[in-house]
Amino acid sequence: MPALTSPGATGDLSDVTASDATLRRFLHGLPGVDQVGAEARAASLGTRSIKTTAKAQAIDLAIRMVDLTTLEGQDTPGKVRALASKAMRPDPTDATCPATAAVCVYPDLVGVAKQQLGDSGVNVAAVAAAVPRGRAPLDIKLADTRDAVAAGADEIDMVIDRGAFLTGRYLQVFEEIVAVRGACERPGGGEPAHLKVIFETGELQTYDNVRRASWLAMLAGAHFIKTSTGKVQPAATLPVTLVMLEAVRDYREATGQMVGVKPAGGIRTTKDAVKYLVMVNEVVGADWLDPDWFRFGASTLLNDLLMQRSKLATGRYSGPDYVTID
Amino acid sequence: MEFEYAPAPESRSVVDLKPSYGLFIGGEFVDGHGGAFKTISPATEEVLAEVAEADEADVDAAVKAARRAYDRVWSKLSGAERAKYLYRIARIIQERSRELAVAESLDNGKPIKESRDVDVPTVAAHFFYYAGWADKLEYAGLGTDPRPLGVAGQVIPWNFPLLMLAWKVAPALACGNTVVLKPAETTPLTALLFAEICQQADLPAGVVNIVTGAGATGQALVSHPGVDKVAFTGSTEVGKAIARAVAGTDKKVTLELGGKAANIVFDDAPIDQAVEGIVTGIFFNQGHVCCAGSRLLVQESIAEEVLARLKRRMSTLRVGDPLDKNTDIGAINSAEQLARIRELSAVGEAEGADRWSPPCELPDRGFWFPPTLFTDVTQAHRIAREEIFGPVLSVLTFRTPAEAVEKANNTPFGLSAGVWTEKGSRILHVASALRAGVVWANTFNKFDPTSPFGGYQESGYGREGGRHGLAAYLKGGEL
Repeated sequence: MPALTSPGATGDLSDVTASDATLRRFLHGLPGVDQVGAEARAASLGTRSIKTTAKAQAIDLAIRMVDLTTLEGQDTPGKVRALASKAMRPDPTDATCPATAAVCVYPDLVGVAKQQLGDSGVNVAAVAAAVPRGRAPLDIKLADTRDAVAAGADEIDMVIDRGAFLTGRYLQVFEEIVAVRGACERPGGGEPAHLKVIFETGELQTYDNVRRASWLAMLAGAHFIKTSTGKVQPAATLPVTLVMLEAVRDYREATGQMVGVKPAGGIRTTKDAVKYLVMVNEVVGADWLDPDWFRFGASTLLNDLLMQRSKLATGRYSGPDYVTID
Repeated sequence: MEFEYAPAPESRSVVDLKPSYGLFIGGEFVDGHGGAFKTISPATEEVLAEVAEADEADVDAAVKAARRAYDRVWSKLSGAERAKYLYRIARIIQERSRELAVAESLDNGKPIKESRDVDVPTVAAHFFYYAGWADKLEYAGLGTDPRPLGVAGQVIPWNFPLLMLAWKVAPALACGNTVVLKPAETTPLTALLFAEICQQADLPAGVVNIVTGAGATGQALVSHPGVDKVAFTGSTEVGKAIARAVAGTDKKVTLELGGKAANIVFDDAPIDQAVEGIVTGIFFNQGHVCCAGSRLLVQESIAEEVLARLKRRMSTLRVGDPLDKNTDIGAINSAEQLARIRELSAVGEAEGADRWSPPCELPDRGFWFPPTLFTDVTQAHRIAREEIFGPVLSVLTFRTPAEAVEKANNTPFGLSAGVWTEKGSRILHVASALRAGVVWANTFNKFDPTSPFGGYQESGYGREGGRHGLAAYLKGGEL
């Protein structure tokens, strides 16, 4: 087992990606994940009881972490403008309600979103590089990414080639991530778009694979690692997120660098979101409890957060007619 | 961002404790002839109730009531009829689970999440499981006509008060015996609530009798000539005394005593889960667990990394109010036990081991001890040999599998052990070489009514749970 967290290991990581063989040896040398144990740990964190002030704090933090998402064939500029307005002011009746972190759309609608959001501080995230399947030639993936960046995307959500990963062609997956990260640079200079790497964990199936994919993406320079596109079931789960959080924690110990985590798909209720925040808090700690380092990819979660927020403030449930459908 | 959990206390109002309790003999609560003693909450030292102390005459009355119930009713009922009562008891336990969990946490000091998610559900499961056996005893592999023993005298400890009651009462009743049970002096309340449940279930009078008291009451019970079977869970010291007391009599005995379990972590273990397993192994129930993984044996090549991860994980343990739903570690059960943990920890330091605890604020009142780790421990240290029965882990290292097994077995105990490795063949090899009643692989402290439990050597004899558990309550029942 590579002593990832022991001092001195830091410098060794550059050699890891020298060849397919070294990369494979490294990834397969990571400590295994015991499925039963990981799921039990996730379930036990899920029993934490978050009430009153802690719940209020968690709800506002969760709202600030939402990547408000629409990824449908039927998306239109009108739909994206509505979503962008919602992201900036989720609760129009309450000015104290924070904005979401980002709006997440397909690349062709980046311009619309950007125009609507302006300098509100809400980012535009674009799924690019042939999301959700990820099965296009590399030059198409790169062109897709560059288009989205040129249109003003602040963040790019790409997906790995699961076929290559499951075949064991780890270096190919690594090199693709590196290339897409390169395409996130802005031609005129300036802050490059942040890269989120989606694993589609529902297709990788095992926690060992999730841990390997996490290290692979971090070695390739991902700013964030993300569970799912939302188009494959199961999408985000607590144990998968646990394994990814352990990976970013260990990566920081080894390299000093922080990487963000984004569970996406299937997180619909405040109760779910709070469980994730508890997990972040107890597995990686307060440093990650920030929209810069943890996000929720979700579409319906926001309204439940808003309903729970008003319930805490007023003492009664308002009901779905009192939050906006966008 | 710092995320502080607000207090989330479970409501105390779900349990209605009486100011004082008598003895449960012959289906009724009666006044004892002895004095009374107070049972307190170890988290606050507040008095919860006054409880009668049974003297010899009371114990005699209880044994006679059990004998009457055995002769006249219980031994004459068919297995299917006995099962109906056990199923009914199991269902009432489920219905009253919240109340039982709160009472257990109040009286014992254990966190509500454990009494709620582990103790009480396992209690109900145990009654359900043995209810299922009651009409199938002919098929248990113990002969074609297995017969009950008669009256069982049962003495249980304070660490899992209601669960140990279930381990004793459920198989005894399923096999057709009647019982006199003595709960521990510091934790009598859930046994007394169980007496109410027996009334609620219309269990025939005298089938279950509960006599509260301290050591003298227990001694009177196990030495009573009318008792056919003695079952004890508790310290090795008392277990030896019981073995002496029943020597030369016809009484059958099962003893479930102490332990100093080795939790062995190999270098190919799933490290994050192993760390969880180490934590569960020693800090579950404040370490008041006879099968606790109190000796961590970690392969030297990964010791530094495992310890760093373990310390980080220990820093997230929440110590405090047992009724708070977010508490991981509750109160030490008694002043006496706290003194013993302190004494042995001081010995550890004096013998040169390195002591570490995460920073944690302990409440001012009540009995508390922080989760504690000792490194630089060798087999020669007392903290590596004696049962501390508290949240104190001794860490030792090994180089090869053979050395791990040798060190793990180098103890007068032999109740449980843990093996952590991703290599299946190693699990099988090491498990078969370990001299321990229970060996957990890539997990720890998992309990199930279908699984037999018991020890080697000074950890006792006999098995409880599973089909094996029936043997202790049937004639000719040696498996």
